[in-house]
Amino acid sequence: MTSNNPAVFLLMVNGQIEAADFPEYDDLYCKYCFVYGHDWAPTSGLEEGISQITSKGRGSQSLVWNFPLDITFKSTNPFGWPQIVVSVYGPDTFGNDVVRGYGAIHIPFTPGKHTKTIPMFVPESTSRLQKFTSWLMGRCPEFTDPKVVAQGEGREVTRVRSQGFVTLQFNIVTKDMKKLGYETTSEHSASVFKSLS
Amino acid sequence: DLPTAEEAYNFFTFNFDPEPQQQPRRKKRHSRRREAEEEGEGESGEEDEEKEEEEGEEEGELEGEDDEDLFIIDQSAQDFLEVKRAEYIGYSRRLQRERETLFVPSMRPVPASSKLPENVRPRYLEEEGLYVGERPPVCLTNQNILENRILKQAEGRKWFGDDGCIIALPDPINESSSRPPLFHLEDELDPALQAVYRKALKTKHVNLYITGMGDPQADYQLDVDASGLIFSHHPLFSREHVLAARLAQLYDQHLTRQHKNLTRLLTDKVTQKCANKTKLPALSQVTQQRIAEYKQEVRHTRQLRDVEQEKDRALLKSIIRVWKELKALRDFQRFTNTPFKLFIRREKVDREQDEQEFENDIIAEVSELEAEAEEDYQRKMSEYRRQHEEWKSWKRKQKKQKKKRQQEEEEEDEESEEELGEEPEKPEPPEKPDMGDLEEQVREKAARIHRKPGEPVLIPELTVSGPVTPNEQCPRAEFARREDVAKRALFIKVLYNDKEVSRTDSRTLNMDFRVHFGQIFNLKIVNWPESIKLQVFESVGSSSSLLAEVCVPVPESSILTGSAPFEEMEFSSNQRVTFNHEGVGSGVPFSFEADGTNTQTLLTSGKLSWKLSCCVSWAVGEDDVPLAPPSSQPGGGMYSGLRQMDAIACIGASGLNDMKKLGKWAAESRLDPNDPSNASIMQLLSVVSGGDVAVPEYFRLEQLQEEFNFLTDEELHRCRRFRLLRLRSQEVPEFRHFKCVPSMEREISEKVFQDYEKRLKEGEIIDTKEHIDAHRALVAKYLQRVRESVINRFLIAKHHFILSDVVSEDEVPSIGLLGWNLFKLAEPKRPLKPRRKERKKVTAQNLSDGDIKLLVNIIRGYDIPIRRPYASKPPVSAKSGRSFAEPFTAPVSSHTPQQGSEWPFGQPLIRPFVEVSFQRSVLQTSTADGPNPCWNEEIVLPFSAPNGDYSSTSLQSVRDEVFINIFDEVLYDVVEDERERGNTIHTRIERHWLGSIKIPFSTIYLQSRIDGTFKVSTPPVLLGYSKERSLGSEGGYDAVRSRSEGTFLSLFITIEPQLVPGDTIREKFDSQEGERLLIASEVFEKEASGRFPDRPCLTTVIDINGKAVFVTRFIRPLTPPQELLDAFPNGPQETAELVARYVSLVPFLPDSVSFAGVCDLWSTCDQFLTLLAGDEEEHAVLLCNYFLSMGKGAWLIIGVAIPEVSDKPLSQSHINKTEGGKSQISVGEIMETHQWKSFEMDVKTLYFCMEPISGFPLHLPFSEIRPIIEAVHSTGVHKVEAPNVEFALAVYVHPYPGNVLSVWVYIASLVSAR
Repeated sequence: MTSNNPAVFLLMVNGQIEAADFPEYDDLYCKYCFVYGHDWAPTSGLEEGISQITSKGRGSQSLVWNFPLDITFKSTNPFGWPQIVVSVYGPDTFGNDVVRGYGAIHIPFTPGKHTKTIPMFVPESTSRLQKFTSWLMGRCPEFTDPKVVAQGEGREVTRVRSQGFVTLQFNIVTKDMKKLGYETTSEHSASVFKSLS
Repeated sequence: DLPTAEEAYNFFTFNFDPEPQQQPRRKKRHSRRREAEEEGEGESGEEDEEKEEEEGEEEGELEGEDDEDLFIIDQSAQDFLEVKRAEYIGYSRRLQRERETLFVPSMRPVPASSKLPENVRPRYLEEEGLYVGERPPVCLTNQNILENRILKQAEGRKWFGDDGCIIALPDPINESSSRPPLFHLEDELDPALQAVYRKALKTKHVNLYITGMGDPQADYQLDVDASGLIFSHHPLFSREHVLAARLAQLYDQHLTRQHKNLTRLLTDKVTQKCANKTKLPALSQVTQQRIAEYKQEVRHTRQLRDVEQEKDRALLKSIIRVWKELKALRDFQRFTNTPFKLFIRREKVDREQDEQEFENDIIAEVSELEAEAEEDYQRKMSEYRRQHEEWKSWKRKQKKQKKKRQQEEEEEDEESEEELGEEPEKPEPPEKPDMGDLEEQVREKAARIHRKPGEPVLIPELTVSGPVTPNEQCPRAEFARREDVAKRALFIKVLYNDKEVSRTDSRTLNMDFRVHFGQIFNLKIVNWPESIKLQVFESVGSSSSLLAEVCVPVPESSILTGSAPFEEMEFSSNQRVTFNHEGVGSGVPFSFEADGTNTQTLLTSGKLSWKLSCCVSWAVGEDDVPLAPPSSQPGGGMYSGLRQMDAIACIGASGLNDMKKLGKWAAESRLDPNDPSNASIMQLLSVVSGGDVAVPEYFRLEQLQEEFNFLTDEELHRCRRFRLLRLRSQEVPEFRHFKCVPSMEREISEKVFQDYEKRLKEGEIIDTKEHIDAHRALVAKYLQRVRESVINRFLIAKHHFILSDVVSEDEVPSIGLLGWNLFKLAEPKRPLKPRRKERKKVTAQNLSDGDIKLLVNIIRGYDIPIRRPYASKPPVSAKSGRSFAEPFTAPVSSHTPQQGSEWPFGQPLIRPFVEVSFQRSVLQTSTADGPNPCWNEEIVLPFSAPNGDYSSTSLQSVRDEVFINIFDEVLYDVVEDERERGNTIHTRIERHWLGSIKIPFSTIYLQSRIDGTFKVSTPPVLLGYSKERSLGSEGGYDAVRSRSEGTFLSLFITIEPQLVPGDTIREKFDSQEGERLLIASEVFEKEASGRFPDRPCLTTVIDINGKAVFVTRFIRPLTPPQELLDAFPNGPQETAELVARYVSLVPFLPDSVSFAGVCDLWSTCDQFLTLLAGDEEEHAVLLCNYFLSMGKGAWLIIGVAIPEVSDKPLSQSHINKTEGGKSQISVGEIMETHQWKSFEMDVKTLYFCMEPISGFPLHLPFSEIRPIIEAVHSTGVHKVEAPNVEFALAVYVHPYPGNVLSVWVYIASLVSAR
């Protein structure tokens, strides 16, 4: 693998979906998946996952999942850099599972540890009546595909409402990016990194 | 406010405690009162009575307490009411009471001792001689009362003065009234006081605010640094001062000249130019001219130099003269006023060299002059010669005339002489210039203006170190002058826009008449600076007079405080001042000489040195942002003179950026490149011209784009990787799902593009090989183009989203839905006849090859043709010679007799099986028996999407079809030897094609399941098979199909897992229809779909140009081709059928395949007949139009059929109501099939010895050759593997008008009978 002329570069992501902050809801679980471009392919690890249901602790407002992420991508082109899409679900007053938030964020470019907080949102009902009936029936409006939130296309037809935040932690390792001519760290930080190591 | 019920209750039920606070408070009051009484000093003396009062009060209170107790005991209304008689307090008693509470100060005068502190005697300030104002008059009793009262107060004594009286201000009332007299309104006002109305005027500075009012932050600051003042003349100058000032002035001049050193510069220039001139080769015209120019210049510079030299010399001389005068004056008056001292330094020079230079110079000049004189002489000479010639010719003429005249009479007038004109003067030859004289002249001039060779260079030096005679030693007049000088003080007022803004401190005038101020004024300015003036004031004592006013130019915005140089400004005033002491005065004549001759008049003048800078002290000058007011304001008049000389003034500061302009200006003004003051400009120009900045003559946007392009566009296009990426992003079908574009270009081979380029090329070249005639090729190409444009449109439309694409939201449930849900509760849990339920749909996101399977459930068949017995032979019995050829039905032998028994003729059975082929995988069912077999088998076929793309759009465009073929399995016994028959079975299986069904995959995908009984398309003639009606055998089912002939197959096809069908396009195509029509049709559509939700309702369709068109526009009566009408002149029914047949022969090309999942395109009948391809809509529309023109009532019915997903229109004439499209074939078929009868006969006659024969005609509308080959291929005739099989093939093409062709292919396979 240690060839001088690599054809692909690797992006190793591990980390976890640490916690969420949804002030109004409890007993939530989340799903995640990755959205990436044509030139990207996962080489190992799980592309999708669903977490346990977590409840708020006594007195604490955050919902902790600590749900691990571990995936390695290979790619030939930074275009279509992978994004993680997190969607959070939980029961409503009648016990139906409804969506509580969608959010997406690019995996960080630079190697190292990153903690990211994603704001979450859900699509709004088209009308008051719809809102009422969807509440009654326990069928809130959902995105047809959670991956919609990682794309810009078609978003203009939706209306969304903010819901809460999800905190993620990433540990990023890249390989051969520099050999392929992609510089993701500035000279300064690279030198700092070197001096530290 | 009324108490609430609760409050009332609480109040009444409350157990009031006796108040414990009452008592102490009372005691306090007592003590306070007691104190007061003590202070009162026995004034009251009624303590006893008071005590009585108190006791009384206390009793009263006790009683009150008792009352409260009573409340609790008995709460009747009477208890609250107390009826008493009115209380009367006697006068004396009331007075007593009042006395307790009220204090009445007495009117008696207060003794002085109580007003003053103990043991202090009153002190009267008046007696001590101090002024004490008159006290305001106050009545004595009032005063006494006041004093008494004040004394009772705390710290009452502070109100009393030392004299024991109340402190009072002096009487404030003016003795005389100062109020202006009131006018009587009736009286006329003094006309001078009359108010005059004037219109409001705006000050002229209003519009000159610098940045408008919007920006209060931008405060501009002008720093005026008034540093000092030097008088070059002042009225108080003594004579010596005058001389000294003159000396200083001259010396200054000298210094500046020295500094510039013009003489030296010009000398250098002259020498250099001379050198240049000699260097130039005198060859061409241009150089000649250049030389001439040089000469001119040299002469000019030399003149300049001479002038300068002369000036220098004169200056030096005058300095020395003034100094001498000054010395003489000092000697004369025997004191010195000024510290000036002039030293003259001699600088020795090398005599030899100096002389040499001097001589050289003179020689050079002389030679030049000589050359010039020579030239002049030459020119004059040539002129002279010309004139001389003229004169000569004139002379000659005159002589001739004279001769003539002599010949004629003597009396000729003088007029004839006059005719020749006046006699031209005889030109004098010019003098030859005297060269010796020239040299003399030059030498004389040099002696005048130039230092004599070998003479030392004189350098004057002025110092101020000389002693000044002290005042005591001066004569009285001089002393008076000096006194006067000391009295004078000066200050400067700074006026900004004619308003005084500040002034300096006044400084006294020194002996040397220099004043140093050194004050900086920071002017915060709001208005645009128009003028800044400094006014010099001189003050003597308290009066001051304006000496001079100096206008200071407004500085350029680039001049900042730190960098501004001190500038000096001269001023003068024309005041006449005379003194009676040594001061010379101003504006008055005076003389240096004792006898009063040589008078001079001097005016007060001086130099004001100032520094004015425009500095911007934004944010306390922390950032050095030079934000002086914008300098767009036209400059003041004081610059106008300067402009002509100054390059920057001439072309504007902004012109500095325009190098071209600057260069032009430099060329025009003949800027001297050697002048040091021009050095910077010259350098700039040289740099610029070296860099050769060609300023384009045109304007363009993004003029820096080229600099930022790191590759040219061509290179970018050539790069394979970028090309690949670009094509992918354009969603070109070949690359749309290209994964992992390599990161290096070298890893991409050209092969990647081969297919794509080939396709591009094919688009241009019509492949005539695949098409029979050019017309069809053109049509194919046109179709291809339409397809491409539609697909492009579709791709664009695909990126338009509506809410339902992105967000899935439940519909608001209707009453019907709720009812249905209720109904569902009541339905049986386990129905006897279960229905297929909807499965959960899978979004096509993470599917891969092999995940999707196509399930084909073949249930049963109906009316499959049965084998026909051979005509010539008895079937089973006669096996004498050709036992091998007998159909062998071994596995179902038990069954055979049964069937045989049913059919009296003992016809052979049919053993059909179904073969399903899809995407190169072929699977078949087991073999069943009889014409109505029941398989009930499920066939699972794998499905793989093209390019591994399982997105809905890709799945929609899958063009693969499911072929379901019915074959008859025929077993032939091939046992050669009769003896082996007992223990060996050796058979050969042959299969004979009976019919097929084609179902496109897209249909299955979009319908998600296909369930029903389908008609198998069978050839009209099947050799060796006959269609037999199974009369009454199936009972009820026959009733359904009684009228329809043919073979049927019950199928159920679905995809596992179920895929979400892609949504059809609903992009609103633009339309040329009227807005009202569109709205009305929309309303109608909505209404109709509301009433019949299951039925399709079309109002607008998309035509081939991609425009929405109202659907009825396609329907117009259209005359069918004349040939068809002429075929059956008497049979309208036949004609109608023929027309229908004609229409059916136009090839079918389903939209859903050609425009995969895009949309349903309708072409007009004209386009349809030109293209010769179309789907059901076009066929139906055409037929409908033909029928309409034939005078039949015709309707177009749009329904849904299975094989073609989309709406299936059925064209029904009401005459031919019974059947749709297919049954109309009959007439034409009859016409054509008689051909086949003959073919059959031929085959039979040719191979009558061969048995068995199986064959069939295939009938196809002609579009291309390939589908025909495929159709033949799919029958599997070629799969017969008998050793001695022979095939027969015949093709017949029947022409119809308009290039419509009907193709018949007859295939037969025969096994030779040896």
